Amino acid sequence: MSSNTTEAFVRTDFLPQQTAPVSEHGIVGWVMKNLFSSPLNILQTLVGIGLLYLIITPLFRFGITNAVWEGADRTACAIDHVGACWAMVKAKFPQYMYFQYPIDERWRVDLVGLVGLVLLIPMLIPFVPLKKTNAILLLVIYPVFAFILLYGGWFGLPIVETPVWGGLMVTLVIAVVGIVASLPLGILFALGRRSDMPLVRSVSIAFIEFWRGIPLITVLFMSSVLLPLFLPEGVTFDKLLRALIGVALFSSAYMAETIRGGLQAIPKGQYEGAQALGLSYWKMMNLIVLPQAIKHVIPGIVNSFIALFKDTTLVLIIGMFDLLGAIQTSFTDPKWATETQDETGYLFAALIFWVFCFAMSRYSIFMENKLHTGHKR
Amino acid sequence: MQGLIDRITSLPEWYFELGRIDVTFAILMLAGVIATIMSWKGRPGMLVGAAYVVVAVVLAYFMSFQAAVGLGMIASIAALLVPNIHPEHGTISWFNDPRARGLIAQIILFLLVTFGIYAMVTNTIVNLERQNIASGFGFLNQTAGFGINQTLIPYTEESTYGQTFIVGLLNTILVAIVGIFLATILGFIVGVARLSKNWVINKIAYWYIEVMRNVPLLLHIFVWYFAVLRAVPDKRDKWSLFDTFHLNIYGIWAPEPLPGPMFWMTVVAFLAAIVIAFILAKLAKARQMRTGETFPSFWVGLAIIIILPLAAFFATGSPLDFEHPKFVAEGPIFKRGFEFQSGLQVIPEFIALLLALSIYTAAYIAEIVRAGILAVSHGQTEAANALGLRSGPTLRLVVIPQALRVIIPPLTNQYLNLTKNSSLAVAIAYPDLVAVFAGTTLNQTGQAVEIIVITMLVYLGLSLVTSAIMNWYNSRIALVER
Repeated sequence: MSSNTTEAFVRTDFLPQQTAPVSEHGIVGWVMKNLFSSPLNILQTLVGIGLLYLIITPLFRFGITNAVWEGADRTACAIDHVGACWAMVKAKFPQYMYFQYPIDERWRVDLVGLVGLVLLIPMLIPFVPLKKTNAILLLVIYPVFAFILLYGGWFGLPIVETPVWGGLMVTLVIAVVGIVASLPLGILFALGRRSDMPLVRSVSIAFIEFWRGIPLITVLFMSSVLLPLFLPEGVTFDKLLRALIGVALFSSAYMAETIRGGLQAIPKGQYEGAQALGLSYWKMMNLIVLPQAIKHVIPGIVNSFIALFKDTTLVLIIGMFDLLGAIQTSFTDPKWATETQDETGYLFAALIFWVFCFAMSRYSIFMENKLHTGHKR
Repeated sequence: MQGLIDRITSLPEWYFELGRIDVTFAILMLAGVIATIMSWKGRPGMLVGAAYVVVAVVLAYFMSFQAAVGLGMIASIAALLVPNIHPEHGTISWFNDPRARGLIAQIILFLLVTFGIYAMVTNTIVNLERQNIASGFGFLNQTAGFGINQTLIPYTEESTYGQTFIVGLLNTILVAIVGIFLATILGFIVGVARLSKNWVINKIAYWYIEVMRNVPLLLHIFVWYFAVLRAVPDKRDKWSLFDTFHLNIYGIWAPEPLPGPMFWMTVVAFLAAIVIAFILAKLAKARQMRTGETFPSFWVGLAIIIILPLAAFFATGSPLDFEHPKFVAEGPIFKRGFEFQSGLQVIPEFIALLLALSIYTAAYIAEIVRAGILAVSHGQTEAANALGLRSGPTLRLVVIPQALRVIIPPLTNQYLNLTKNSSLAVAIAYPDLVAVFAGTTLNQTGQAVEIIVITMLVYLGLSLVTSAIMNWYNSRIALVER
């Protein structure tokens, strides 16, 4: 640093630091680098902006400037160049959420949703303690609680038959049951597929490949048409329950493949170490292998949840009314028959589904980064 | 075809007698128990197993299924109670022998599965008899009596359910193939755009992916069918492009190509051109390997593929006519519009399903493409540049082959998903397999078991065929690896 040179042409004092040129930092630098760095880049920017203009302006005009926000019936939306009829969504909102669930009993649905949220949020935040208790409450106690409250029949609650269930509530019921049932089943079939016992392995492979090879819609057809035939005379299942069984089996096959991926990522040394300690098969799996394997595939598991959540809409085809079904049915109401009712309803449905799925996918990315404890390159 | 259907249809009546089912299951169960006992290599197990085989066959044939099951259980437990003599460790309790434990678990599983299937089948037979539903595949020869608005083979209301099945199957395959084609192109464009250094293009691609794949496919289909394709002119009106292609609420109307008698020459020329181009590429590659001289085989091949069929086409006197759809614009209002059966009509159900499937699946393909390209490390590009390859050959010879290896397996999955998702056609009544066969045909005949089983087999078969083709392609690509 301090040099003893005496030559006159060598500078002895330091120049003050200068900021980088304008074209290299700040907004201008960013714009130059990312938008206008080369002729091709400029072209891309212009095409991109043109595309955005074509997409966003009609959407903005439809959803906000030309939209009708207040109104009692279709006359409010019966104007020229009308955009989204949000007044209809407002009026139909309870139907979209509960469908025909009796109005006096809707507090039960709200309570179930609220308790679910209270249990779910601490589960999702990594540093909140008591994860094990929380998981048992959420995955074992909560479904029973939710069933008693939603269906009724105990504690003087009037029974609400499932045909009147619908709307977002049914979407969530199917998704949650699918998730809760598919996890343990998926783990079992994943373990079965990697088992040494030939019979267990073949049964698992047959199960997984069968359900993965057919579309969900045929599964639902099967559950609504074939399942009653498979049962002894006199035994009947509720339609919703039949769909739930179909969805749970279907998603557990996908879950099994996801978890198998995690199991394959566990080095053999972990198994051998556990066996050297004298752990039995189930202890080895529970204490050593599965915790690591599941940690590996949490993003995959969340992706299966997203797929399942989107797939719940298919129950519409076998005559049940989930959120999309409830919205589709509301189009037949002459009170709100307007030119843009379809577009409005679909936009609303898309928004709700998108918020749920996007939140789940963000959470999976967050967990992926959090769990990435290994060497990150 | 007819003989085959007859032979298949006569089989179930013989099979569905309760007695036969009992025997079948007993033998099935036997086979399983024997296999598991044999797999336990101790001598006592073999002996007990052999004794059991003899007794159980007799029992199952002359007495009942239940007796055979009971005997199976007793025999298995007895076999396990015999101390297992291990050649090195002497006698160990059977309970602590992992092989014995595995055996018990498998026998229990086997009995459960077999009994489950047995109960299901017998219940179904009883239920079908009680509800007076016919069984067997005879219905495939009955007249269907309903029309279908998109048929790739001749089909009328007098056609049979067997033909309905084929029409539906072809429609499913059609929408799946065209959908896979479109989704791949769109997905590659979006995936490459997602890697663009340009911020605007990059973000558009990002939001395309995030919006499209986080909205249910059924909603995509509804939006295209009920919202977008209902906003086009009604059946008395049309939008036209170059006065050749027209769009209204009945779909896209285009000129229908009518090949003349000599058109097969053009087709043959086209096929021959492909073969020639292929051989040329092989020869050029061999010469390059031998001498190092390159040959522009791609462009020459392309020229051959274009020029040869065109030459054949004009040499045979342009044997291709177009039948334009007839549009009645004058006269009484109820007679206006396109005449049906004139020109080529692409029904709106097909368009909606195709667009929804392609746009939805493209979002997934884009992510796969992005991941595949990112998986090729930058060192590869730098090494190629250091060898003096320009950017074109670098991409073609270094980056893409390695990226494809990562891309192909998940891409296959997406193709299968698209094929399976095409069954959502039933929601907008596009006449695919599920809609016309598992839907209309099932409702008319009530033969749920046969129809659902056939439908599932078709999808399972399609899945297997697609993954077989893709695995073959994948193994070819994987050969690039050292």
